[in-house]
Amino acid sequence: MIEDIPLSHILIVSTLIFFIGVYGFMTRKNMISMLISVELVLNAVNINFVAINRYLYPERLEGHFFTLFVIGIAAAEAAVAIAIFINLYRNIRSIDVDEVTEMKY
Amino acid sequence: MSFSDILLMRNELLLVAATVVILIADLVFAADQRKQFYYFSVFLIFIVAITGLFPSESGSIFGGMYETGGLQIMMKNILNFSTLIVLLQSWGWFSQVKQQKRIGEFMILLLSTLIGMGYMISSGHFLMFYLGLELATIPLAALAAYDYYKSKSAEAGIKLILLAAFSSGILLFGISLIYGITGTLYFGEAGQLINGSTLSVLGLVLIFTGLSFKVSLVPFHLWTADVYEGSPINVTSYLSVVSKGSAVFIMLIVLNTVFASLNDIWDTLIYTIIIITITIGNLFAIRQRNIKRFLAFSSIAQAGFIMLGVIDNSAFGVATVVYFILVYMFSNLAAFGVASAISAETGKESIDDYKGFYGTNPRLSLVMMLAMFSLAGIPPVAGFFGKFFLFTAAAEKGYYILVLIAVLNTIISLYYYLLVIKVMFIEKSDSPIQFFSSNLPMKISLVICVLGLVITGFTSGVFDYMVAVSDQLFSSI
Repeated sequence: MIEDIPLSHILIVSTLIFFIGVYGFMTRKNMISMLISVELVLNAVNINFVAINRYLYPERLEGHFFTLFVIGIAAAEAAVAIAIFINLYRNIRSIDVDEVTEMKY
Repeated sequence: MSFSDILLMRNELLLVAATVVILIADLVFAADQRKQFYYFSVFLIFIVAITGLFPSESGSIFGGMYETGGLQIMMKNILNFSTLIVLLQSWGWFSQVKQQKRIGEFMILLLSTLIGMGYMISSGHFLMFYLGLELATIPLAALAAYDYYKSKSAEAGIKLILLAAFSSGILLFGISLIYGITGTLYFGEAGQLINGSTLSVLGLVLIFTGLSFKVSLVPFHLWTADVYEGSPINVTSYLSVVSKGSAVFIMLIVLNTVFASLNDIWDTLIYTIIIITITIGNLFAIRQRNIKRFLAFSSIAQAGFIMLGVIDNSAFGVATVVYFILVYMFSNLAAFGVASAISAETGKESIDDYKGFYGTNPRLSLVMMLAMFSLAGIPPVAGFFGKFFLFTAAAEKGYYILVLIAVLNTIISLYYYLLVIKVMFIEKSDSPIQFFSSNLPMKISLVICVLGLVITGFTSGVFDYMVAVSDQLFSSI
């Protein structure tokens, strides 16, 4: 049963995923990897919402709804981001952040 | 819920209707009727903006998810009119052959961000707030990357979308923590249940960080200059006025409703952030040669000044913030208007190219001069009063040292604003920008901006009205 697992375990996992996402966003050079890292951050949020809703406030469903909206918007965001990546690739033949340094300081 | 309740969302409903009509009109007008299509769309947005001025009831719908009142309507009017001015300034750019076919796309993306901002400003629930925020951000990234044949524009789009996604991730993590503590997502209910535990402070910091990215406060400002430089110049002016203004407003609402009981903590937070934001914004603005980058750093410094009104968490502080956003809209749009007229005519965007500009185009340089005076805060124009009220708000709370630092920074900012005026008026050039006559919509927009700069400075009624409506807002919280 899910009740055998305490809430703190789930929150520790979600916090770890959040910081792995932040770390990946800071260190990755490939833009697709950066986008994946952002998705990790958003998924950590989803785990938080679902777990908190299920354990602490099971009489209301706000957390579950929020998760659905986050998933939907993350998809929209990824679609626009990838469209811009393709556009950038057509211009400079690379999607490495080290190459995108036309403007600086 | 009855029909009259739906009408509380009048502004957003009209904007949605205008978007749909423009979408259809884009197909109806033929390829050689682009100018008529442009005038038709601007006229529609003008109607929407004018309708916003009629009195509207305040209240809340959808169980308190959407709240509207005098201050929200005021803010939406400011945003509508700035969008109208931005569109009026865009004709020089639209009329270029490459852009002609795509005017419709531009309008629809722009209007959908405006709808998103409307919902964000009126939100009384974190879900509505998040949806509005994303609707306001995602199309903006598409707009920043609008010049698809320029690598700079794509670069700007990438930087905007990646950082916007990342910052909303951080913001959402903060919201999930607040949900964990309080069990509700309504601003009002959550505000009553927050008790100052460590977890709620962490939630405050994460939500504040996420919003700081949108307002571009230092240390979350690094995307600003690059995105502003790479985007088409009219998108830049939209980003710096409308997007930033709405983000400041919702930050004000969230801090004063949800985190009202953590007042001491976020005062300290903002205190530090104001000092580094205005200092770094000013120091970096001095060394910029590109007019868009220059205005980007100037807008970072201005965002720091706006926060002076946020730190004074009273009705008066809120009124000063909204008043400053109004003044800032006129001055920044006037500066961007002149820059975009020059850019559309000659393609030049460097401050050094403006040498001898007064000799060839005296009227445009006078508009630019007024805008720079207003941004710097020199008395006869409205910018002075905007800054003066912000300083008063911070001083009322007893932050004298902070006000002193802000005043010192105003003096630093005077140096680089006057530098632009010096280049235009005093320095000579062998090949100045030739005389050109700007198109009719641009002239109208500049006249509106100049009138706004002078009139809002000289009529006290505007500010009194803002104080009255923010009193209403505060009594309802």
